[in-house]
Amino acid sequence: MAGLTIENLSMRFELPNGSSVQALQDVSLDLAQGELLSVLGPSGCGKTTLLNIVAGFLAPTEGRITLNGHRVSGPDAERGMVFQQGALFEWMNVRENVSFGPRMAGKRERDYGANVDHLLDVVGLQDFKEKSVYELSGGMQQRVALARCLANDPDVILMDEPLGALDALTREKMQSLVLKLWKETGKTIILITHSVEEALLLGERLLVMAPRPGRIHREYRLPFAEMGVETDLRQVKKHPEFAQRREEILSMIWDMEEEIMGRTEVAS
Amino acid sequence: MIVLGLYALIFVASYFLVKMVVRRATTDYASLKTVTFGDESAVVPNRIASVVSILTIFLLWAAFTGSSLVPSVLHAPGPFIGTASFDYTAQLSDGSLDDATVTVVVTRAGDDPVMPEVAPGDGFAKNDVDEIGAWRSGLIRVKRNDEVPEGMEETVVAVDGQPLVPGGSVYLDFGRVGMSPKGTLNFEPAKGWQMEPIWLPSPEAVAARFMDIARDGYRGSALWEHLGYSLFRVVVGFLFGALLGIPLGYAMGLSDWFRGWFDPIVEFMRPVPPLALIPLVIIWAGIGETGKIILLFLAALWIMAIAARSGVSGVKISKVHAAYSLGASKAQIMRHVIIPNSLPEIFTGARVAMGVCWGTVVAAELVAAEKGAGMMIMVASKFQLTDIVIMGIILIGVIGFGIDMLMRWAERVLVPWKGKG
Ligand SMILES: Nc1ncnc2c1ncn2[C@@H]1O[C@H](COP(=O)(O)OP(=O)(O)OP(=O)(O)O)[C@@H](O)[C@H]1O
Ligand SMILES: [Mg+2]
Repeated sequence: MAGLTIENLSMRFELPNGSSVQALQDVSLDLAQGELLSVLGPSGCGKTTLLNIVAGFLAPTEGRITLNGHRVSGPDAERGMVFQQGALFEWMNVRENVSFGPRMAGKRERDYGANVDHLLDVVGLQDFKEKSVYELSGGMQQRVALARCLANDPDVILMDEPLGALDALTREKMQSLVLKLWKETGKTIILITHSVEEALLLGERLLVMAPRPGRIHREYRLPFAEMGVETDLRQVKKHPEFAQRREEILSMIWDMEEEIMGRTEVAS
Repeated sequence: MIVLGLYALIFVASYFLVKMVVRRATTDYASLKTVTFGDESAVVPNRIASVVSILTIFLLWAAFTGSSLVPSVLHAPGPFIGTASFDYTAQLSDGSLDDATVTVVVTRAGDDPVMPEVAPGDGFAKNDVDEIGAWRSGLIRVKRNDEVPEGMEETVVAVDGQPLVPGGSVYLDFGRVGMSPKGTLNFEPAKGWQMEPIWLPSPEAVAARFMDIARDGYRGSALWEHLGYSLFRVVVGFLFGALLGIPLGYAMGLSDWFRGWFDPIVEFMRPVPPLALIPLVIIWAGIGETGKIILLFLAALWIMAIAARSGVSGVKISKVHAAYSLGASKAQIMRHVIIPNSLPEIFTGARVAMGVCWGTVVAAELVAAEKGAGMMIMVASKFQLTDIVIMGIILIGVIGFGIDMLMRWAERVLVPWKGKG
């Protein structure tokens, strides 16, 4: 079967001092091909851990992940990753970064060249392709990271706060870009964010996680991503349901954070 | 002390002078900053200060060696050169006194003294003539030609009218006349403030010696051969050290077994200064080329291994993860991520290693060598050829500086992404 399945995933970190942290507890999730999932939750609820397990960088203590019918056991080109920042190769120029995947797969320039140039066009970096990545702004760098991931044509794209380091304006443009790319390429995308607005805009499905132990708290199905593909994101935000959902989720996360704070106060 | 004081004076004086003349002439970004004290980036070296600093050193050097490169008004007072004369009063055991004149010709080392003709004069004390080199002192046996009657003793009691007793001294305009406990006179011409050439030769003497040696060579080898041998040893030793050290560092950065195995060795060898290995290397490999290259190899090895290791450990895990997710194999990650990522560290290590090797080779040649920059200054120092020693030190400094500049340039060209991660 196509799609990504996460079954009863648990992750426990043993700490050097003998204690342990339950970063994830019994997380299950089904993602169909082409779905866009955003994940939201208070800090430390296991979002990065979940993504790292799906990417194959961590082995879960329990549970299994299957993609397109086979079990995930390590990193692979079928699951691309976009990091928050600093994951570009600064010894390569923009175009070399974007073509990294195809080049590592042993493809020739004439096979991947057109696609890479097309992607550079899509992310608006055609004029910068010969530049070094450290000469680009943060927003441009993230566009390179997106293009690099897409050039490798993965089945699933995993993003850990990809827009977290950007200013509000650039961030909005990048959100539109992510939606556009999602629609055009039909990729399955998991996107972690700290921003409730971003999670609402960029989530066909939205997962709210709760901490200690990290687990799925609530799941939503939302219409905003589909809307955002056609209209301006600012129009989407004016939607009455958008505001209502935002308030609802914000107070939900507030309560969780409050609970954590309260618990630490009692403990200390 | 005087020199230090003068130096400080020039430092302060030129500061005020330059600041007065170049009053905010520049308007670059740093000069527009209002907060400069404590903002390290706002402190760019004042180029004028650098130039004045170098000029000051040469000026002081020239002034205190009586160099002909600077006008003589700038010279520190020189030693007394010329003909000095003083009278001495001799007394016989019967109490009779007589005066005679001593004429001393003071010349620079190497100049032939021209001895004046002096009439012996009358009385029992006869006039004397003698010669002494500048900055030297010498006995003047004034009694040698005196006509002392049989059975009498002659003692000198005064010089230029000033009484003198054994062990005492009389200071005259042109120097000091002293009397030894046994009653012999000695004369020490005034030394002035200048340095004697065997302590510090003048700049032009060093330059002239440089020309000499550049043309005729030294100890049977041309100058470039001496320097070339030192450089050759450094380059070969460093290359071997890098050739083994870099893979070793990579292995230590990538494998727990290698790290565990070599950690104690590297951590132990790192603080051992290469100079401390010279005796052992000489015992094992003799004083030939092999020994020196082994020494430099060892000096470079640990530095390069540690640089490569920290280059590998310094790779951001997100870069490695990204490469894996893009389908790169381990070998490809090594080739396209880990090695380029570690290059800046390796270049920094190479710069340090080259510096250490250059210092070590000179030291090793000081101990034993047939050719080399260190050998040149060591042999010269045994013969008190200070000009060669100073020339050698300057050349060693210039070459060391040149190596560092070259490495920096290579670094800028080859790893432009340094510090941009
Ligand atoms: N390598 C590790 N060793 C030990 N504990 C870890 C490790 N990685 C994560 N944890 C713990 O697991 C929990 C979840 O961490 P994770 O990084 O997944 O949170 P997160 O939701 O991504 O947080 P944030 O929003 O701040 O990025 C935290 O309590 C963290 O302390
Ligand atoms: Mg995280």
